[in-house]
Amino acid sequence: MGQTLYQKLRKLHEVRQFDDGSSLILIDRIMLHERTGSVALSNMLSENRNIAAPETVFSTIDHIVDTKPGRPDISRMPGGMIFIEEMHRASQAFGIRLYGADDDRQGIVHVIAPEQGIVLPGITIVCPDSHTCTLGAMGALAWGIGSTDCEHALATRTLRVPQFKQMRIRLTGKKPQWLTAKDIVINLISRFGADFGTGFVIEFAGSAIEEMEIEERLTLCNMGVEFAAFTAIIAPDHKTIEYTRGRPFAPKDEDALIAEAHWASLISDVDASFDVDLEVDVAEIAPMITWGTSPEHAIAIDEVLPDQRSDFADVYKYIGLKPHEPIRGQAIDGAFIGSCTNSRLSDLRRAANILKGRKVKSEIRAICAPGSKEVKISAEAEGLDKIFLDAGFEWHEAGCAFCFYAGGETFPPGSRVISSTNRNFEGRQGPGVCTHIASPETVAWSAINGHISDVREAYE
Amino acid sequence: MKPFTNHSGIALPLLTDNLNTDVIIPSREMKRVSKVGLANGLFANIRYSDGKRKPDPEFLLNHPNYCAASILILGRNAGCGSSREHAVWALADYGFKVVVAESFASIFYNNCVANGVLPITLDRPSIEAITEWVRMNPTSHHLSVNLEKCTLDTTDNSIDFMISPLARRMLLNGLAPIDLTLEDKGLIDRFIADDMRRRQWLYRISD
Repeated sequence: MGQTLYQKLRKLHEVRQFDDGSSLILIDRIMLHERTGSVALSNMLSENRNIAAPETVFSTIDHIVDTKPGRPDISRMPGGMIFIEEMHRASQAFGIRLYGADDDRQGIVHVIAPEQGIVLPGITIVCPDSHTCTLGAMGALAWGIGSTDCEHALATRTLRVPQFKQMRIRLTGKKPQWLTAKDIVINLISRFGADFGTGFVIEFAGSAIEEMEIEERLTLCNMGVEFAAFTAIIAPDHKTIEYTRGRPFAPKDEDALIAEAHWASLISDVDASFDVDLEVDVAEIAPMITWGTSPEHAIAIDEVLPDQRSDFADVYKYIGLKPHEPIRGQAIDGAFIGSCTNSRLSDLRRAANILKGRKVKSEIRAICAPGSKEVKISAEAEGLDKIFLDAGFEWHEAGCAFCFYAGGETFPPGSRVISSTNRNFEGRQGPGVCTHIASPETVAWSAINGHISDVREAYE
Repeated sequence: MKPFTNHSGIALPLLTDNLNTDVIIPSREMKRVSKVGLANGLFANIRYSDGKRKPDPEFLLNHPNYCAASILILGRNAGCGSSREHAVWALADYGFKVVVAESFASIFYNNCVANGVLPITLDRPSIEAITEWVRMNPTSHHLSVNLEKCTLDTTDNSIDFMISPLARRMLLNGLAPIDLTLEDKGLIDRFIADDMRRRQWLYRISD
């Protein structure tokens, strides 16, 4: 019987198997950020541990760094400076690369990893951050870990990984112009549930995936963890290979030829078997938005909120909406475009396309934080910053920004915010802030209208 | 790490589905580059009713019957969301030794095992049955967990639970995983030497 892509990648990296079915897996690249990486590095320093291969470790400052225009290398979180300082100190002590706030390669880990060619097809890559599954879109086996596992990976260049079941979700059908990867993944989570992927590696495949650009695939895989999947993965194809070419850390010359030939073989065999195999027609999906406090609490933009249920009582209380109300037309106080889900150049282009020549409703605070310095520089080179600013958006520096609250400045309590991020948990964007997750286009269009809006109107 | 063999204690039946690590410890409570001293931040958003850390009487952990709890009972997808290991550090710092849930998010599960906290997966009817028993008399109805036998006992009932053999061995022996793996260093080095021939392109790292 044939092998799945996941089985092939696992086999390629399997140092040894254990009796319990787990394996010691070689880790090719490790990414760190100041919020959790600092804790792992600091602990290793105090325990006198070595990093086995410092040249394979890449760190950056993204989570709590200020993103205000023209920021210095400071934290937006009260007391947060120690995390940034420790990251600088420990990275230097271990001799690992660090892209600090003033570096042109700085940005959200999951944005700079593909951009700099740090993640490559067929490799294993980990980071003490749950959204590391984003990088599965490049055909890598990529997953989020805790700090202790991170220390293990740094010290031994390996992780002990249990067996996972395998699921394939084939996306078929033609995607309308207004439909985004974000709508698709929110739809999948609401359709199947936030714990649907427990114990699984999910491979996304099918004609709709083949048609997606790499940045759309990154958005899709980003929310694999919101499914509770171990990770998500997409087989590398000509688009993936094309995307890696010329990236700073991608293989060059002869190495590139050899690597590309290898990557082309990384597909699930035709006769490979999956524990669960699903097919979803994307043509049936409407623009999606979350209404509650879990990514599974989501509906199509033209639907009404669901019936009351015992487990929805607290959700409705927090979110300040009622069963059977329409979601469309709900007034908003804030709008945020950014995060490892939707802050890449194509996301900003599509949002700018909606904003061009229009104005955000005056009472709304609208913010855009590009995912990386490189995204910001490229966006500015094509004048996107001007479109955002003219429309009434604030144009920030690169970082995780308003995706989550760690103290410091945020939207006021009780405000309703539409956000291109990945988590609508209670208090995620600040105490009492009600978050509604959607695509960058839906965020932009809603900011213009002053209320949650159907982005299809903008394409009429 | 201290080996985990058995434990008996008060259970806190929250039963929540999709309880995320932001709830277990909000980001703003992670104030130090350290794994210790996080108990005060545990459940901060729902445990305190205002900025002055006044205990919210509505939250079960603030109730005198439950404040000494050491076994946390949750629903499905326990510990989803952020990978922050601080969630487990905060639980352990408060005194929690066991988390019982219908299912676990995989990073949280690993983080529990890495810190000597036993994650137990049980079906919903078993969880509801033990919860009902606990609620009858929370302070004297202690749950007893035996990891050797993989049983969770009330006075009227003994429930077998499943746990991955790896997690069980790590917890029973209090193993330090890094040192354990470094025993295989020769094997790892040989694997890398072979891999460097197979995938030369991966080992020339420069920009």
